[in-house]
Amino acid sequence: MIRRLLTSSNPFRPSPIWMAISYVLLGFWAFVVLFPLYWLAVTAFKLPADVNDGPAYIPFVDYQPVMDAWNYLLVESGENFVRRPYINTIGVGIASALGSLVLGAAASYALARFDYRPKLALIGLFIVCVLLTVLITGLGVPWQLSVVAAIAVYALLAQSVGRRFSAALGNSDIAFWLISQRMLPPVAVIIPIYIMFQQFGLLNTHAALVIAYTAAHLPLAVWFLRDYFQGIPIELEESAFIDGANRYQVLWRIILPLSTPGLIATFLIVLVFAWNEYTMALFLTGAETQTMPLLVAAQNATRGPQWWNISVLVLMMITPIVVLAVILERYIARGILVGAVKG
Amino acid sequence: MELENQLAIPGQPTKKKRTSGIPTSWLDNSARYVLIAPAVLIVLVMAIFPLLVSLYLSFSRFKFVRGGFEITFIGFANYNKLFFGSEQRHLLGKFAPLTPLDMLVMALAIGGMVYLMYRYVRSDRFRIFGFIMRIVAMIFAGALLLMLLASLTLAGWILWVLCIAILFYALFLYTKTAYYHPLGVIVGAGIIIWLSARLQSVLILPNAIGLPGTLSVTLMFVLGGVALQYFLGLGLGLLLTQNLPGKRFFRVVFLLPMMITPVGIGFLFKMMTDTLKGPFSPVWIAAGLGDFAMLGQGDTARLAVIIGDTWQWTPFVFIILLAALEGVSKETIEAALVDGANRFQMFRYLILPEIIPVSTTVILIRLIESFKLIDMPNILTGGGPGTATETLTLQAYVGWRSGDLGGSAALAYILLIVATFCAIVFVNFIRRRLLDWVK
Repeated sequence: MIRRLLTSSNPFRPSPIWMAISYVLLGFWAFVVLFPLYWLAVTAFKLPADVNDGPAYIPFVDYQPVMDAWNYLLVESGENFVRRPYINTIGVGIASALGSLVLGAAASYALARFDYRPKLALIGLFIVCVLLTVLITGLGVPWQLSVVAAIAVYALLAQSVGRRFSAALGNSDIAFWLISQRMLPPVAVIIPIYIMFQQFGLLNTHAALVIAYTAAHLPLAVWFLRDYFQGIPIELEESAFIDGANRYQVLWRIILPLSTPGLIATFLIVLVFAWNEYTMALFLTGAETQTMPLLVAAQNATRGPQWWNISVLVLMMITPIVVLAVILERYIARGILVGAVKG
Repeated sequence: MELENQLAIPGQPTKKKRTSGIPTSWLDNSARYVLIAPAVLIVLVMAIFPLLVSLYLSFSRFKFVRGGFEITFIGFANYNKLFFGSEQRHLLGKFAPLTPLDMLVMALAIGGMVYLMYRYVRSDRFRIFGFIMRIVAMIFAGALLLMLLASLTLAGWILWVLCIAILFYALFLYTKTAYYHPLGVIVGAGIIIWLSARLQSVLILPNAIGLPGTLSVTLMFVLGGVALQYFLGLGLGLLLTQNLPGKRFFRVVFLLPMMITPVGIGFLFKMMTDTLKGPFSPVWIAAGLGDFAMLGQGDTARLAVIIGDTWQWTPFVFIILLAALEGVSKETIEAALVDGANRFQMFRYLILPEIIPVSTTVILIRLIESFKLIDMPNILTGGGPGTATETLTLQAYVGWRSGDLGGSAALAYILLIVATFCAIVFVNFIRRRLLDWVK
């Protein structure tokens, strides 16, 4: 009997005891994941008194669920209190995800199909010129002047000195460079971006956030899509070329339709990142362009955390993303995988 | 193409990649640049240019004046203040005097590094460039270790337990037949001795302990978080590769935390850790800890941050490892089962070598991302109590808020350098070795 419990006839099906242990462990982790979310949902329908009197677990048994917190946030606080950040989040999230997707798809296709040999000397020269611009702007020269001067110096030197060196980089170097931007901590770049946007009058606009997020999440898109495009057989394109299609038509009519699952996955992942982003929004937005993470964070008020309100906001914020994730779980998993397994 | 390959002269580089180029018109030729230019341009403008400006800012004092701002070049003053001046305690922590055992650990570490260096110099892989880089890495690692030894409180025990776990996991990978390696055992024993001595010294001389600064705290979060996420993700992945009914349900559920905003998770765990109003308060009260605030103590607050981070990012590791595990060929496992291999042997000799490449990639990704942790601790603890849970990113943000843009940029650069160092060391010394071993 014990023997039968410990071994199983099918080698790929674990023995009953192992199965029981596995279910206990899996159930435990499912509890760890779901319980905080359950608590969130429960707290959203509590009165302050229900929270302050100690934990109440089950609605209708331990306490009477009410909509007071929802009413307070959505009606009493003025209709723009939640609606505006919510619309901002949706708009900025979708716009920047589309931006990353378009730029990322174009760059990934280029990296998958063309050979680039950028000269090292020219790149070094470029960095030197940018440094020079920054330096002389720092010394008090108007920035327009220093940019023009730097471009002139670059053009001159590139024509003369730059041609003498032949060391060059390849496609994988470019891809690595693009992807490595993910390593930058936002604080390392956000202060100059803040100043830059201030100069251009972009601070506290939606465009600022969209641009910043597009740039920040572009590496993810390149990372996921490059391998995806490389997996598409080249013969398909060649036959289209023979039929007289040009490069853009091939990309638009053949490559993109073929990689729809990859595009969906990338879009979703980038959307999730933009949706949840906090640090850059903190620097770049004001009252008008505030996004949901900021609104949620702002509830850490002086009167102590208003848990019922926070729960409502967090619940509102995560619901669309969680629903999307559950529906499109396969795509998301695959999108992450393509990048990670080969990257 | 076939023909091309046949005609290729041996020794001459052949064109490896097939470029489907039938260059016909200017339109096709333009695609080469038109497609990649926007991406390169936006990265140049939004990442490289700001990075260079940040570098300049970190060497200057930034002041908002009427109608604009004013930047004064002040050399290394910002860095000086962080490493040696008034901000030292904030960044590096309060140093306790080194106990003899600290010195022993330090000596063991230096000895180990010198030994590795000696082996490198004697081997045929020796290059001058590599030698210089290794010297730099040694000095850097030594300085970080010294800082950790002198400033970690007992909270470090979590960290050290994890270190030992990782060490033995690594040894277990490294040794194909024996389960120990002399060097590793010495280091492991050293850490255990140090830990117990530290414990005693804390009990006897409570004033002689240091306080971790933001750099130590960040390293603790990175190491603790990544290690926990990896082991949990691996465990869950292994459980789900069995043919269990309900697999898809668990997969979806396990993926959820990744989709939730870190700000929300900060609040969630603030609720979870509340000992009076939180859902676990009966447990706390039963344990006699009803009036204990988990977020009010440095050690437990750090633990809470690590738990929150682990809760969020285990799914990422899990989903990637699960795919790697499902890629392990079923035939091999069946053959091993027929030969009577047990679970442990199957994991060690069949599954592990297959998932090592993916494991190192996923660890690298998490390593890099963990260094950027800011939103969750900012909400959960606000960096407190004191600066007990303040990460480098958070410190830079606080500096920016108080108008110290130069200091903030200097901190960002320190973070960038430390993160890059850790990533490079991981790639060159650990990842490459593991990949070689798998081959």
